[in-house]
Amino acid sequence: MADILVISEQRRGVLNATVAEAIGAAKELASAKGGKVIVAVLGAEPERIIPSLSLAGVDEIVSVALPSSEFQSDEYEAAVAALIADRTPKAVLLPHSIDSLGYAPALAAKGGFGFATDVFGARYDGDDLLAVRQAYQEKVHVELEFPGKQTVVLTLRSSAFKAPEETGSPSVTSFEAPKADARTKHVTFHEPAAGDGEDLTAAEYILSIGRGVADEDNVAEFEDLAGALGFTLGCSRPIADNGWLPKFRQVGQSGKTVSACKVYVAMGISGSVQHLAGMKHVPHIIAINKDPEASIFSEAHYGIVGDMFEISKELKAQLG
Amino acid sequence: MKILVPVKQVEILDEDFDVQDDGRSIDPDCIEFELNEWDDYSWETALQLMEKHEGTVEAVPMTVGDESADDGLRKCLAKGGERAIRVWDDSVAGSDPIAIARLIAAAAKKEDAQLVLAGTQSTDQAHGQTGIAVAALLGWPHVAVVSALDYSAADGKLTVRRELEGGVEEEIEVALPAVLTIQLGINEPRYASLRGIKQAKTKTVDLLSPADLGVSTDQLGETGSAARVRRMYIPERSKAELITGTPPEQVKRLIEIVNELKGA
Repeated sequence: MADILVISEQRRGVLNATVAEAIGAAKELASAKGGKVIVAVLGAEPERIIPSLSLAGVDEIVSVALPSSEFQSDEYEAAVAALIADRTPKAVLLPHSIDSLGYAPALAAKGGFGFATDVFGARYDGDDLLAVRQAYQEKVHVELEFPGKQTVVLTLRSSAFKAPEETGSPSVTSFEAPKADARTKHVTFHEPAAGDGEDLTAAEYILSIGRGVADEDNVAEFEDLAGALGFTLGCSRPIADNGWLPKFRQVGQSGKTVSACKVYVAMGISGSVQHLAGMKHVPHIIAINKDPEASIFSEAHYGIVGDMFEISKELKAQLG
Repeated sequence: MKILVPVKQVEILDEDFDVQDDGRSIDPDCIEFELNEWDDYSWETALQLMEKHEGTVEAVPMTVGDESADDGLRKCLAKGGERAIRVWDDSVAGSDPIAIARLIAAAAKKEDAQLVLAGTQSTDQAHGQTGIAVAALLGWPHVAVVSALDYSAADGKLTVRRELEGGVEEEIEVALPAVLTIQLGINEPRYASLRGIKQAKTKTVDLLSPADLGVSTDQLGETGSAARVRRMYIPERSKAELITGTPPEQVKRLIEIVNELKGA
């Protein structure tokens, strides 16, 4: 048996897009070993999500009703542990998300499963499942193996695997999750503070600054520069965390995805995975950074290895 | 209440690093160490709780590592706290986050801690596993990626915010004992004073072995881990087209490119 189990995830009724990508990854793995792809749909109203996960390659959808309307780590952990015991899959695939960070390590530690997080490649070598992830600030790839583990739990990086395009017609079954003691209580969601009329998600031209700006006093200079270029000012996480620019200007996983952006100029930004998540889709990326090894250069189309202050000064001079 | 704060000395690679002949690790000559960025925030969270609830809250930093890891503990102690714990013997080498979590959970029990504040992830390996694995092994409630925290000493309840994707936060209540993993930006970590750095040198770091904590060697190292490194390699990376020349030349070309792209 080499079945692959995919665990769905949703928030306020919206499916995490990585779940469909995980189905794509599961399809590849399962077909290599002649196993089935089983997708578990967890939530208060799983039936609402089932149609969007009825994709080509899915053999079975298991509907798992949970008491809480939103993600609750104890309920997810108990349900997935029971599903693994029932189905004994070879691999369990989850999105690498804030929710899975909240329960997958607990699941793996208690169950004694093989475990790897933020995985962007998975394959079989003979009967051995292998997973690839990054380390050392994206400078090194690490291939992991899981000797002696009957089941391996992997959390998958978003946009790393391809979701099936065609729909399918899987069988639908249901599974009764064990009663879990929900020890944390959801109170409410807090929306991010709205900007002063400026919306990064709608901006076509963005100039973003990162840690390289070094000091709060230097920020104004780049605000001017963005203005001179006709660009909207964005930033990476440390700038917003320091309070040097408001949170609504932050690009990345916990900030904005700049979906309308056509040209993105990154100054003094190293290009962490979290930052790239918000902008790597932009068709034209220009990186200015004094570290030639900065990972932003492997996503950028044009690069200047140089001092952001010197380039800024020169830009202003030439723009007049 | 006692707070245990697991911290990590992370590995930073030199510019010319290389993979060793075994193909599974980085040449140690190319590695420098520093305290994990997330741990500055979790330790600051603990210090603020200690100051707000003076006399009733004690915070203890701990680490799993060889003697070089003492630097990270001293960095914490320079900002506050009276003592630290380091866990090590050779059986720990090669442990993954799940195996490390066994030692941290055992230390939390030994210390009779009620709260564990770990970093969300480490800057070098970025597994994001250790803290929540500790919670599982202790059987404690847990919240990951915490971006705000309020503690009520009266009822032992924590009201926290969890940072979600897209800038949304979720407010959650959780009762002690608990494990939280702390996210960057939850506070502004303080700098150590010169006096603090001096004092830290005289503070106690208790060295414990896995046996002292009742963790057997088959629970550690590669045998006790959930994954094993088969291979490490430096990936081929796509490269940006570099704009070269003097800064004025670079900027001239940059403006041309931007104008072209904006016109398109």
